[in-house]
Parts: sequence; structure tokens; C-alpha cells
Amino acid sequence: MDLSTVLQILDSTVRLSTPLLLAALAGLYSERAGVFDIGLEGKMLGGAFGAAAAAAVFGSAWAGLLAGIGVALAMSLVHAFASITAKGNQIVSGVSINFIAAGLTVLLGQTWFNRGGRTPQLSSDERFSSITLPGVELVADIPFFGPVYRELISGHNLLVYVAFLMVPITWWIIFKTRFGLRLRAVGENPAAVDTAGISVVWARYRAVMICGILCGVAGTYLSIGLSAGFAQNMTAGKGFIALAALIFAKWKPLNVMWTCLLFGFLDAVAIRLQGVSVPGIGTVPVELMQALPYILTVVLLAGFIGKAIPPKAGGVPYSKER
Amino acid sequence: MSKKSTVKSRERIIAARNKSIVGDTLSSAIKLNGISKSFGHVHANKDIDLDVKKGTIHGIIGENGAGKSTLMSILYGFYQADSGTIEIGGEVQKIKDSQAAIKAGIGMVHQHFMLVENFTVLENIILGAEGGSILNKATNNAREELARLEKEYALEVDPNAVIEDLPVGLQQRVEILKALYRGAEILILDEPTGVLTPAEADHLFRILGQLKDQGKTIVMITHKLREIMAITDDVSVMRRGKIVATRKTADTNVEELAELMVGRSVLLNVEKKKSKVGDVKLSIENLTVKDSRGVIMVDNVSLKVHAGEIVGIAGVAGNGQSELLKVISGISKAKSGRVILDGKPIGVMGKADPRKLRERGLAHVPEDRHHMGLVLPFEESENSILGYQNNTEYLNGPFLNMDAIRADADEKIEQYDIRPPSSKLKTANFSGGNQQKIVLAREMERDPVVLIIGQPTRGVDVGAIEFIHKRIIEMRDAGKAILLVSVELDEIRSLADRVLVMFAGRIVGERDPSASEGELGLLMAGIEDKPVDDDVIEAKTLENGETKK
Repeated sequence: MDLSTVLQILDSTVRLSTPLLLAALAGLYSERAGVFDIGLEGKMLGGAFGAAAAAAVFGSAWAGLLAGIGVALAMSLVHAFASITAKGNQIVSGVSINFIAAGLTVLLGQTWFNRGGRTPQLSSDERFSSITLPGVELVADIPFFGPVYRELISGHNLLVYVAFLMVPITWWIIFKTRFGLRLRAVGENPAAVDTAGISVVWARYRAVMICGILCGVAGTYLSIGLSAGFAQNMTAGKGFIALAALIFAKWKPLNVMWTCLLFGFLDAVAIRLQGVSVPGIGTVPVELMQALPYILTVVLLAGFIGKAIPPKAGGVPYSKER
Repeated sequence: MSKKSTVKSRERIIAARNKSIVGDTLSSAIKLNGISKSFGHVHANKDIDLDVKKGTIHGIIGENGAGKSTLMSILYGFYQADSGTIEIGGEVQKIKDSQAAIKAGIGMVHQHFMLVENFTVLENIILGAEGGSILNKATNNAREELARLEKEYALEVDPNAVIEDLPVGLQQRVEILKALYRGAEILILDEPTGVLTPAEADHLFRILGQLKDQGKTIVMITHKLREIMAITDDVSVMRRGKIVATRKTADTNVEELAELMVGRSVLLNVEKKKSKVGDVKLSIENLTVKDSRGVIMVDNVSLKVHAGEIVGIAGVAGNGQSELLKVISGISKAKSGRVILDGKPIGVMGKADPRKLRERGLAHVPEDRHHMGLVLPFEESENSILGYQNNTEYLNGPFLNMDAIRADADEKIEQYDIRPPSSKLKTANFSGGNQQKIVLAREMERDPVVLIIGQPTRGVDVGAIEFIHKRIIEMRDAGKAILLVSVELDEIRSLADRVLVMFAGRIVGERDPSASEGELGLLMAGIEDKPVDDDVIEAKTLENGETKK
């Protein structure tokens, strides 16, 4: 395997892990604040549809991004209302959001665009296209660093950079700001926050709203960054993998990045190995390769990462009545 | 109590009072006028008037469910009163939430600490009063302020320590610092000594005294009479949502307060004859228990309980008592050692089965009736046979014989005076004391050989305590071997024939129940046969002087 093959695999690792990373960071805000979110998948799907539809109608990627965020944010508010204000079961609310998203995107897509649930194919103006970072030509002749910079670091679309930039930003927000301190506190012991005179409800709402926004960006990336339009169920379980990555990473931002990269890498390898004959084994079945990330998730979660302790008040609606 | 120590304690109180007169005795820190609050049909507080003078320690005493905590929650903005007004420092204030209470200078130390366990001390203290949206600068300021407070009030604690690593006494200190950091002038403490050792409690009282000297006003809620006598200037007694009396502490005594609390005179000391000790019925040999993390919770414990005696295990909660009870009752496994029940060993390393143990005559009143003793949504009658539902008298072929179960439950309700007397009522709707009686009736009426009891009167009102204590003594006199675990030292001392003290998983000593509270308290704190320092002597005088009547 030469450098360019490795770089190609790593390059697609970055592309494939971006939606996972955005969704997992989204989940991190919500779950750190004590609201479990199994509806990352649905919000991402809704965001993807909203982005593709708006991009097609208005002919602008930015309109798409705005719509994608808007749709996912609206869905997160539904989840927030159900689980914070109405003190409902967070899992039930999350599952319903997934079902609503799966059904509604297809229904609306068919009604509006008549393409069997797809949205129109987008031109490159209507998508987020790759950005070539400055200096690519300058360093092109430097061995190793040149190609790495050209192939791996440069040449992604804006949302990829946003996703990776969100890692340190999230870390800083969660651990270094007042907002983050209160967010973590409501996830651990909301009564302590309440007695300190801070609104638990508002703190949790804000966290869930940030979750919605990031899910929207993740969906937007899928439909108008990675592809050129919305297709039925295009998230294909990425929201759940992101959730797994979040648990695997023990709700820590930097760990989330590494686990998402790992899952993205497995995905990239799976794609790369499709139809390739491996010496001694023969052709690896496509299905096995595609199942690999999921198998690994199960195996890793089953006992290789030590105990993942979730935020203590996670999943429990807060009520002060005794 | 000796005359000398009475004089001494009175002097202390008078000295303290004079100090507060020098301050500003006439003005009120808190004045409540006609506060009422109901939850549905339950009147938690009825027309309450309360006047707390500035710079004093004001005790509020009452049974569980008397409405003390509700009242304080109203004062702290947790609940809204249905009617009535609150005056803080002479001004009528509308306290609509905790933020408003904090602004009005009220700080509260809750019974269950309001701390985020995996945060540091500093993070907990600044939470809600960060002083800026970015933490770095705010934490530096907080650190300085904290250092100043620590020095001023001698409340040392490492700001970088994580809460869950700290002992409860220090956690409570963090709660107090939290209130002071917010500039509290009035400090409310809800059952502050429930989780403390006697020595820690005395330390807390010293801190409170010091805060009072600095002009702070302190309101202390408790159901422990001796604490009221030890540190308060004034005391208000609550019963069934009302304040039934307010007294100067110096002008009242334990008997009067107890009577006011329950509305009739109560027996504070359990009457019992000398025990008639028989054969060994329960024997524990070198028992060691580890928890799921591998930490040793019970460390090489050996003890024997004879027929006709009560062996009491005293200790601060969390020193292995719970784990010991769980192993004896067959709920969890031991690492090593043996437990011998009525001559035959039980398989403590894994084969013990709670149901088989029951059949062999072991009755267990678990420490936590809500989690282990009862299924709260069940009817009373169902709970009154829980664990014995396979006994033939309750069965009708494969089905439960509901008539027999009801009849049995009604009989126990009668015998144990369980109120309301309805076997069809959901168990959750009974008060704590009555729930406890349901468990006791179930376990005691089985005619067991060995009875193990954990926290028999936790969260139980005074009237029911008296009844429960009598029953336990009756069981002893009927020749049962009883192992009693309680964190209430008074309870152990009045019931047990022998007292064992548990600390850090070990039995650190055996004493006669007549041993002084100070002596047992030292053992409970893990101090064995060490030279007594000044602090301890002071603590002892305080106790000897003001606890016994």
C-alpha cells in the first residue's frame, strides 16, 4: 500500500466521520445537561431533508444550511418540550422523533418534488463544495507533508472544518465557561442548580437547542455536502453510531473526535475493501465489511472501554416536588 | 445530670444570650405572618407566625411530617405560600424563587446536600454565582474570597478537592461556605446532624456559635431534642403544620418540648428488665465483604447474638453496617467468613437464599423500607405478606387466597395500630411510621428465631418510635435473638444489651449501653484509646451537661 492509497483512505475517513462527529457533539451537549437523546438520527434526517429541499428551491447552499438547522432545531424543541417541560419519557420522545422524521421526509419529498422521496439533484453552486486551503502549491514539493496537506488537510468543504473546529470549542464551552459549568451541573444534580437560584429548565432547553443546531449541520453536511440531494433514510443509522461514539468517548469532547474518526475509518476501509481479494481469505463479502463498524461498536461497548458513567441525572426529568 | 454541669450549661446559654442582647436583639431577622400552604388536601402549613431575632440561633423542632421542611422551603423560595407574608430584616419581601431568597440574604444548608458530587469544592461554591461568563477569571476571584471566608470562620477545606472524595462533615462545610460566599446573613440548616458523628456535630455547633457571634442569624430544623437544648436561644415547636409553642430555650426542658411535639407525654426512656440470655442463635465468624469495586466494606467481623438479647451495632452510616445486614440476610455475598444461624451455617459465599433463610427462622427488617422492605404501589395487605406469599395459608392452589391475606393483614393492622386501618389502601399512602409498622408486623409475627433490624425508626415519628421500641423489647423478652443496627446512638443505648461500634468495616469496640455518649462517639469516629484532647473534653461536657435529664 503506497502513501496515496493511505491518504485516500484517511481522506474518506475524515469525510465519513464528519457527520458522526457533529451528531455526537450534538448529543454531548444534550446528554451532559441530563437529557438523553436517542433522536439524533431523526433530527439529522430532518435536517438533511430541509437543507436539500431549501437548497433546491432557493438555489443556495447557505439557504440549505439555514433550513437544515431550522428543521432540526424545531425537532429538538419538540423533544425539549416533551422531556423537560412535560417531564415525559426521553426515550419515547426520541424514538417518536426518529419515526416522524423517517416518514415525514419521504412524504413531503414526494409531495413537493415527485421523485419518489428524493429531492432534485443539486448543482455544485447549490452545495458546499471543497475548499482548497492556501499554500497547497507552495508546499506541494515537500515530501510527505506536501501530499498530506493537499490530500488530507485541504480540499474538504466548509462543514468539515466546522465540525473539527467544534471539538476544541465544545471542550472550552463545557469546561471553561459559566454556561458549561451550569450545563454539567444540571446533568449531574439539577436540585443543586435549582437551589443556587438558576433555572434548570432554561439551562436544559439551551443545551437541547444547541444539540438541534449541530444535528442540523450534520444533516446538511450529509445531503448537500457529501451528496447532491436528499435520499430516503440517507442517515442510515449514523445517529445511532454517533450515540455509541458518545458513550464510547465517555461524554468527553476530545474522545468523541477520536471515536468518530475510528468509526469513520472503519467505514472507509469497508468501502475500500469491497470486492478486493484479500490473500488467504478471498473476496471479503460486502455485507461483512459494512457490518464491521456495528460489530466493533457492540464489542467495544460490551467491555473494552471500561465503565462509561453517564451524567447522573441523565434521563430523569427534574421536578422539585417531593 | 450533675448539678455542676447544669449550672455550667445554663451559664453558657446565658452568656450567649447576653452577647446577642448586646447586638440587636429587638429587631427581627425573619418575621412570618400567617403563612399557609397546602398540597392538595393536605395542609402542610397552617397560619404560621414566626419571629426570629437577629443574631440568634432559633430552633424549629417537630416530628417528621410536621411541616418544618415545607416552611423552610417557602422561606427559601422553593415553594410559594398560599397566603401570608414574609418579612426579612423588617421589610416585606416576595420570595418567588431561590434567587430572590439568596438576594434577601438567606442561605440554606439542605438535609440532602445540594452539591454536584463530581465537581470540585470551588466549582460547587461558585455555581450560580460565578461572577462572569468565562470561568478562569471568576474562579481566581472566588479562590481569594474563599480563602478569606475560610480564615474568618475557620472553615478550612481544600478548594480543589472533589466532593465525592470528602467526608460528609466536610461536604456540609462546603454547603455552609456556599451560603456565606453568597453573602448570607441568615442561615437555615435542615436536620444538619443527621449524617454526622457526635464529634462532627459538636464541631458544627461550634461553627454555628461562631457565626452567631459574628452577627449571623441561624435557623435550625431538627427533630433531636438534645441539639435544641445544646445550642439554640429560642425554640419553636411544630405539630401538624402549626407552630404550637415558642419558648426561650433556657426556660424549657426536654420533657416539655417532647410533649408539645406529640401532643401528649411520651416515654423517652425505654423500660426494660434485665435480659435472660440463652444459647447462641446467630454467630458471625471472620466475615469479610467486598463491594463491586473490590473495596473492603466489612473487615473480618465476628460477633455472637444469643437468644433473649439485643446486640446493637452503632456507627455512622456507611461504615459497613448495610453490607453486614445484606450478607446475613442472604441478599449479597461475602468474600470470606461464616455466618451460623441456629447451629447451621448459611452459605455466605453464594449459596444463601433469602427465602430459605426465612424458612429457617431469620426475619429481616431492612434498613430502607422504600427500596427493600415494601413495594409502595402495592396494597397494604400485599405488602404484609411479601416474602411469605408461598406459605400455604395464603395460597389456594396456584392462586393467592386473597380472603386469607386480607384477614391476616387486618389482624396485624389491629395489633400494630397501623393507621389508617385499611388493608386495601396503597402502601405509599401510609406515613413513614405506619409503613415501618407494616414491615415490623410482617417480620415479627413470623415467630422468628433471629431478628435482624436495620434502622427501625428512621423517618418515623415519636409516637411510633415508642411503639416500635416496646415491640422490639417484647420480642427480646420472648427469647428472640436480635441484631439491631441503627445510626441513632440514643436508640442503640436505650434498646441494646450490648453495644458494638462499627467503623470502617470493623468492629472497633464493645461497650455496655450505659457507656457515655462521648465514649461511644469517639469509637464511632474511629478513635480508639487515644489521649483525649481539649476539643473532646469540651464536647463531652457539652453532652453530659445538656443531654441527660
